[in-house]
Amino acid sequence: MRFIFKTDYVQDIRLFQHGGQVFWYGVLGVLLLAAPYIVSGYVLSQLHFICIYAIVGFGLMLLVGYTGQISLGHAAFLAVGAYTEALLQSHGVPFVISIISAALLSAAVGIIVGLPALRLKGIYLAIATLAFNVIVEEIVTRWESVTGGNSGKLLKAIEIFGYRFSSGESFYYLCLVLTVLSALALINLLRSPTGRAFVAIRDSEVSASCMGINLARYKTMSFALSAALTGVGGALYAHKVGFISPEQFTLIQSIELVTIVIIGGVGSLHGAVLGAAFIIMLPQGISIAKGWLPDSVPQAGLQSVVFGLILVVFIIFEPYGLYGRWLKIRTYFDVFPFYRRGTFRRQRNYLRSERLR
Amino acid sequence: MFSQLLQLFLAGVAQGCVYALVALGFVLIYKATETVNFAQGDVMMLGAFFGLTASTILGWPYWATILFAVIVMAAVGMLIERIVIRPVLGYPTFTVVMITIGVGYILRGVVTMVPAWGTETHTLRTPFGDSVLRVGGAVISADQVATIVLTAALCLVLYLFFRYARLGVAMQATSQNQLAAYYMGIPVQRVNMLIWGLAAAVAAFGGILLAPSAFVHSNMGFIGLKAFPAAVVGGFGSVPGAVVGGLIIGLVEAFAGFYLPEGFKDIAPYVVVLVVLLFMPSGIFGETIRKKV
Amino acid sequence: MSFFAVENLGVRFGGVVAVDGVSFSVNQGEVYTIIGPNGAGKTTIFNLIGLIYPPTSGRIVFEGQEVRGAPHDVAERGIARTFQNIELFEHATVLQNLLIGRHRHRQTNLLDELLFLPKVKRAEIAQREAVEKVIDLLDLQHYRDSLVAGLPYGVRKVVELGRALATDPKLILLDEPSSGLNPEETDDMAFWIEDIQKGLGITVLMVEHDMNLVSRVSTRVLALNEGKVIAEGTPADVQAHPAVVEAYLGGGE
Repeated sequence: MRFIFKTDYVQDIRLFQHGGQVFWYGVLGVLLLAAPYIVSGYVLSQLHFICIYAIVGFGLMLLVGYTGQISLGHAAFLAVGAYTEALLQSHGVPFVISIISAALLSAAVGIIVGLPALRLKGIYLAIATLAFNVIVEEIVTRWESVTGGNSGKLLKAIEIFGYRFSSGESFYYLCLVLTVLSALALINLLRSPTGRAFVAIRDSEVSASCMGINLARYKTMSFALSAALTGVGGALYAHKVGFISPEQFTLIQSIELVTIVIIGGVGSLHGAVLGAAFIIMLPQGISIAKGWLPDSVPQAGLQSVVFGLILVVFIIFEPYGLYGRWLKIRTYFDVFPFYRRGTFRRQRNYLRSERLR
Repeated sequence: MFSQLLQLFLAGVAQGCVYALVALGFVLIYKATETVNFAQGDVMMLGAFFGLTASTILGWPYWATILFAVIVMAAVGMLIERIVIRPVLGYPTFTVVMITIGVGYILRGVVTMVPAWGTETHTLRTPFGDSVLRVGGAVISADQVATIVLTAALCLVLYLFFRYARLGVAMQATSQNQLAAYYMGIPVQRVNMLIWGLAAAVAAFGGILLAPSAFVHSNMGFIGLKAFPAAVVGGFGSVPGAVVGGLIIGLVEAFAGFYLPEGFKDIAPYVVVLVVLLFMPSGIFGETIRKKV
Repeated sequence: MSFFAVENLGVRFGGVVAVDGVSFSVNQGEVYTIIGPNGAGKTTIFNLIGLIYPPTSGRIVFEGQEVRGAPHDVAERGIARTFQNIELFEHATVLQNLLIGRHRHRQTNLLDELLFLPKVKRAEIAQREAVEKVIDLLDLQHYRDSLVAGLPYGVRKVVELGRALATDPKLILLDEPSSGLNPEETDDMAFWIEDIQKGLGITVLMVEHDMNLVSRVSTRVLALNEGKVIAEGTPADVQAHPAVVEAYLGGGE
């Protein structure tokens, strides 16, 4: 059983709480840096996706997990980031500038979405973001002069100051760096007043407002930051797949993104990474499972059924997600033999007025 | 000119009736359990498939098909509530929304996996065939007329049910405060289950009415997505609102399809819903709820 | 010019007049209590002062300037409040709840925080020190890192008070601070209210039902019934006032 003895306020502010954390994250860091030399090219390619979706997951986690909003339309921000990157690159804009532009433009769109969202909550916000996604998708399809419509847009490899990131390894390191930077930025945010303001808005808008938190400003900020991160992910995604078209940014994709947040565990950055990894590896898992199933079972709808089942099962049995399960296991060993099953019991609100936040 | 308008109007109303039926299902569930069922469109799709089975595979007459689909889907709806929704009673809205989305995926996947249904597009034969009626210069198919008439009949039945049946009052109680409803002796869980059954039955009815124009296929449920704007416009939580909202969306689509450039028809309902959410979030008949501190 | 005044405040919800032409003023440094039977409009007045919804008539004046805008503007002026039904941030720790109370004293902006510049760290330590003073006053050390969701009711009431104190207010609005507390906890609450008034120099505007507590700590009392003022004065005067007696006990036959 570990007991952390605190003697200094700085200990609560620091990134790592104790030596053990430093050690394990260090090991993780070494493994991640060495990955291109340890794993196969295929796994490395999957790691690209995991990094990209982790960044998007961070964005969505900030909005949903930490500020308590809903977005069923985040694929639209992904589209904004991807198309901005594609467009700017085709005009010869250097990567450093184009990716920052992608982030800024996504943030601007995020602000536009955030403004009406100020007055909408719950299901209304969900429907509004859904409508927004559909409309953006249609705009992308119709605005052929800019986006190429259904013919899509091609991208070349990233080039920074003359160095081409055309190999799997170089792209991996680029993605890794951006993922780590995003994570750090968010962690910094969460241990400072703005991050606390977000959490306050999630838990009780009325009292957050009475504590001096300007709801309009912070909600919009949350949407903007979330959109910016998603836009960065979108730009990287565009380069990863090399070719983007409107059907990659539909409601289906938005739901996939939200699933990352749910499976990983709402309210934790680890959850975003775990969720991203899970979603990326899921199709592989299904393919492997298909091999075990008898041939008489039709394969067509299997992916859909499995996806739906996983969503349902996770929500019913693992409301805290993968990270939550990891926490439960770790707590079990930490406080052994005093672990109580009710430690992580989830609160239910039966009163309608309690569900209104 | 007038006949053109009338044509569009009638087509819009007919399509709007289908949206109204799906939206009715939403609103029924929302009123009772404050859950939004994103799988309602897929429930409609499954209902259409059961109707298809009864009609083409078993060869039953139209009326029997409708009855069969409605009864089977009522059972499916109750089953969904029992297995998936009941465990998450009291969880935050977002969580329950995601679970219904999961149910939608499962329904779509299962339908695709059934050999006789698969991924093809099927046609559902109706006793009206291809006959058309002419009204004031406008042409309207018998199917569309049947849709409008049957929807109106169903609405009347539901109105009488909610007005004069104890279940209707019980529904309202459970939607306000589940705990208190328990204390009053209302079998909350059973009421919820029945509501889901009813909503599924209504959706199945809508699916069969929709089948002639949209054909029966596994992605048919996405039409149900447009029922969300319908429910919002009418006012979430209002049964007449769902019907009115559905008709409005149907009309908007019909007129947008004709007068506006290509592509606007598909997003018109969503633009409408955004406008409504911005300026009148409680819709036409809805109520604003504020948290009491 | 008074420290804090409410002039002809009124609000109606649909057909119901919840608050009807209420006026009173609070002097700096006093403990001013509002009493009245349930439904008299006391919490509604607090919500109006906090600008949670707009009044249909009247205005609120604090330190010579009208109070208007949004609830966060009220907090920026130095007015803090507690809620009758406890509106804490359930999924955060006690410490985080109190730190959120320091929000109006933040000096860093978004960019600073994303980069976690040294000045952010310095600001965090300063906020922590300020919050620790509140923790010391209210004896919350034991609960610092506990999630609010699991705490007993009495402790949550204290955390609610602490969060309001953490904002470093000039005027604090306490909505039924002793409701749900046992006599021992009510005693503690009385001491704290006295500490707040005399030790911290904060003016207290309070809604309360517990007459012992009211008599013990209040400087002046205002009695409300059905949205209107029926009496004002020292605790003893108001409690003996015939209209007040009638409101609580009903008239004789």
